[in-house]
Amino acid sequence: MNNIKRGTNERVQNLRIQSESTVPSITIERALLVTEVYKKYANKVSMPLLRALTFKHLMENKTICINHGELIVGERGTGPQATPTYPELCCHTIDDLSVISEREKISFDVSDDVRNTQENEIIPYWKGRSMRDIIFSKMSSDWHNCYEAGIFTEFMEQRAPGHTVAGDKIYNMGMLDLKKQIARKLDSIDFIEDQEALAKSEQLQAMAICADSIITYAKRHADRARELAESEKSTGRREELLKIAFVCDNVPANAPRDMWEALQHYWFIHLGVITELNTWDAFCPGRLDQHIWPFYSKGINNNSLCKDKAKELLECFWIKFNNQPAPPKVGITLKESGTYTDFSNINLGGLKPDGNSGVNELTYLLLEVIDEMRLLQPSTNIQVSKKSPDLFIRKAGEIIRKGWGQPSVFNVEAVIQELLVQGKSLVDARNGGISGCVETGAFGKESYILTGYFNLTKVLEITMNRGRDPLTGKKLGPDTGDPGNFESFDQLMDAFETQLQHFLEIKIAGNQLIEKLYADSMPAPFLSLIIDDCIDKAKDYNSGGSRYNTNYIQGVGIGSITDSLTSIKKHIYDEQKYSWDELLSALANNFSGQEAMRQYIVNKTPHYGNDEDYADIIMQNVFQIFHRLVDGRKSIRGATYRINMLPTTSHVYFGSVIRATPDGRLSGMPLSEGISPVQGNDLNGPTAVIKSAAKMDHLATGGTLLNLKFSPKVLTGEKGLDNLVHLVRSYFRMDGHHLQFNVIDADTLKKAQANPEQFRSLIVRVAGYSDYFNNLSEQLQNEIIARTAHDLV
Amino acid sequence: MNKGIIFNIQRFSLHDGPGIRTTVFFKGCPLSCPWCQNPEGIKRDKVLFKHPDRCISCRFCVEHCPEKAVQLTDNGPFIDRKRCSLCMLCAANCPTETLEEAGREINVVELVNEIIKDRIVFEESGGGATFSGGEPLMQPDFLIETLETLKHEGIHTAIETSGFANWSGLRDTMPYTDLYIYDLKIADARKSKKYLGVDMKPILENLHNLIANEAEILVRMPVIPTVNDDAASLNQVAAVLKREGINSLELIPYHKLGSAKYINLDLDYKMSGINIPGPEALEHIRTFLAERGINIISEVEQKNE
Repeated sequence: MNNIKRGTNERVQNLRIQSESTVPSITIERALLVTEVYKKYANKVSMPLLRALTFKHLMENKTICINHGELIVGERGTGPQATPTYPELCCHTIDDLSVISEREKISFDVSDDVRNTQENEIIPYWKGRSMRDIIFSKMSSDWHNCYEAGIFTEFMEQRAPGHTVAGDKIYNMGMLDLKKQIARKLDSIDFIEDQEALAKSEQLQAMAICADSIITYAKRHADRARELAESEKSTGRREELLKIAFVCDNVPANAPRDMWEALQHYWFIHLGVITELNTWDAFCPGRLDQHIWPFYSKGINNNSLCKDKAKELLECFWIKFNNQPAPPKVGITLKESGTYTDFSNINLGGLKPDGNSGVNELTYLLLEVIDEMRLLQPSTNIQVSKKSPDLFIRKAGEIIRKGWGQPSVFNVEAVIQELLVQGKSLVDARNGGISGCVETGAFGKESYILTGYFNLTKVLEITMNRGRDPLTGKKLGPDTGDPGNFESFDQLMDAFETQLQHFLEIKIAGNQLIEKLYADSMPAPFLSLIIDDCIDKAKDYNSGGSRYNTNYIQGVGIGSITDSLTSIKKHIYDEQKYSWDELLSALANNFSGQEAMRQYIVNKTPHYGNDEDYADIIMQNVFQIFHRLVDGRKSIRGATYRINMLPTTSHVYFGSVIRATPDGRLSGMPLSEGISPVQGNDLNGPTAVIKSAAKMDHLATGGTLLNLKFSPKVLTGEKGLDNLVHLVRSYFRMDGHHLQFNVIDADTLKKAQANPEQFRSLIVRVAGYSDYFNNLSEQLQNEIIARTAHDLV
Repeated sequence: MNKGIIFNIQRFSLHDGPGIRTTVFFKGCPLSCPWCQNPEGIKRDKVLFKHPDRCISCRFCVEHCPEKAVQLTDNGPFIDRKRCSLCMLCAANCPTETLEEAGREINVVELVNEIIKDRIVFEESGGGATFSGGEPLMQPDFLIETLETLKHEGIHTAIETSGFANWSGLRDTMPYTDLYIYDLKIADARKSKKYLGVDMKPILENLHNLIANEAEILVRMPVIPTVNDDAASLNQVAAVLKREGINSLELIPYHKLGSAKYINLDLDYKMSGINIPGPEALEHIRTFLAERGINIISEVEQKNE
């Protein structure tokens, strides 16, 4: 990407350049190792054991990579940016590999060797056996029709559930400690009375095998480091390699003893999770400043650590995340999440378990690291409490206003209340935070699965067409009547609710099946070691072993559907300027020959995002209907359904499958993103945007995403930081969940679009994450340019 | 309840007093400064604005005009301003807002409700409401009732004024006004007549009276090359400030962002020949005034609604 020198010293700078300049590629090593195990053991041992043996085989045989100069070691693939595949989840066809290597954006190098091995070794075994093939074969035709029409997406069709974050337990316990817990639990199983005794014992044995395997993996790094030390000419590096060996001999077998070990310990666990399965949102250390603080402060106090060394270690740690692009996606999953970013999202600040502010010296040091590294991965955010000092927001603001979209800003009190509403204990809630883009979770104790994006605007389109999808011509929903016969706006809303319920139930029925398939055939015994209370319950993460289990459906396009409904209410019902016939025919013709009508609608309709109740009340209605239909439903693993409001990149995909909409949006154009207003429709400034957005009941969700775009001068100087603090505090006082800032002017973005080679290092905020502007599809680039920049007045 | 005419309510205003503010632009101004950035605010009555670049030639304006005052040209609608009765039917029916009405009637409660929408932001930022224009003191009863209501609501209030107003009106705002932003453009009687079109005396008297009554005042001066940036003009301004015991001043460098509005209103822009002041010129003014004991607190952009 670029060769800019960033980092606290030459070591970090070189590692960063290596990370940024290496082209992502596919390594077939993992696929081969997994296939070997399955050929040998499938159908001969229980599923948990099969998965544990797979993990063991990987840990014992995968290539060990120690990059020159690095202090924190371990790669998921064979080296930086070398990305494994997961044929047990998604077995790429040869065509897939061609698309992956040839596509303009988010491509991976695929060598002939990889292609041949895939064709001759991997496909013959996995075709029809991968989760993707099984899921698609089991889904109903209704589900397929809706999926293909773009009513919803499906997260688990080529990646595994995950959606969880490490808690604090791993910093106090090594794998040997966890094995002791497992042994105690095994001893306590009642083989006479407990009908699940066998399943429990298989699961616990699988976990124990995984604990041993990751220790083996670490020891192999220690051996390799000693080997390298022998031939190393530089004395300094030789000592470092021996130190690396010393660290890897201790963790993750035992609890870490110092900051270096704590970071390496986490990193081995991270690699374990993302090698075991291709979990969504990779994995994440969560509240890093809180977890590392005891090691940092101890080191500083006993003079075994200085601030510079701590920073160097943290920056080496940072680069490890950036070396692991999200494994290659295809099909709709690529469309909903078109990025190399894998959403490890580090939380800073927040509250301590006793309720006091968590902001500490390490928090500020981490902000320096974020600024200095300027990497897409890991993503970062600040957790702002009313107890957090303004200084914390200002220091983060100094980075935010540089315009590359990190860190994003979260409301701790809202996050905690969301968790409490869902039944978490106060301490578990305070130890929680957000992950992925904006998703609330009880770290270390919750499985909070995002099951798919839901296209609310598409459901309105189908409602207006009596259950028929005008794009495919298929009848997908019930006939809720000719809208021309609806005597009131309320009747339209009732019809919408009927349709939405119909489609949600198709989605949820599919989710149930998929959840069962994962529980039965894709347990995750390594991840189960890390997340409480899988050991205690002797139950796998994918079967409901976590203390808390939640399923999400993510609503997309609330701005677009609100403005569409507002337009209908105003122009058809309140003012009777247009008839349903006129509107529907204009939509069917993409407003062709009806530009005056389209302009009238665009310019003379109250829009969501302007703090006008006329529109905002409709937004609340749509939100409440969606919430009512989803919230509280139960899944088979015992999870409770909740909603959240975020899009990643699905708002572009969802827009591409909807024809013109009543808000004047033309066919195929992107929908609004997150809970942000329709691009360009917020004309009353950012305070009106946050007011409108705060009328949504954030506390009833598991996360909402609001994007504000500013021209750089609004945030210039001390006064600019004042503005940032005041907007954040105001929004959070109104229970807003999250704010992110795009600080860049439209002219720069247009220039970057025209001259991509000159803007290779330009990073922008997309939706819950940052990405290189050049990595974005042209549609998404246009969408970001169209967002209103709030300027000085 | 009083009603007034305003031409804009601007939320997230950052340079019209402390904190994040909502600025209300009152219509009507007794001055005729040729550099005015908001010429649509000068007349008390509504005005018809046009933005020809938005026109899609739908002809709705032509069709809806009862006076036959609108013609469609290659450059969008042409308004015969003499025939136009300002009924605004063209603007109401224009889909693209090529034709736009500047100015609307609003009563005190409606205006206050609009302002207090940002109460939380005001509280967090120490902001409030600022009344600008035009000249807010041209509508004193409406202004005073609005200020009084806002004070009951606990909202910080500011008035931005040229100072050219009746003292009685200005005096009656004092119990409800936390800050006066006083635009002192010129302190020379002859130039005042020439450029502002008014007698300077009430401006200076009102400034004196406000200070005598211990009102909170921030003085601003637009920097208009060839008009008030010469040594003599600056000396006169400095002398007024010294006399009133004021030792700080905010500068507003002239810019041309408002010039397009003159075209849109079919008015002449008389400032085309004037250049915007560069950083060196501003630095010179800063030094010049500093030597005379006047501290320049900041430079803010000239307001453009």
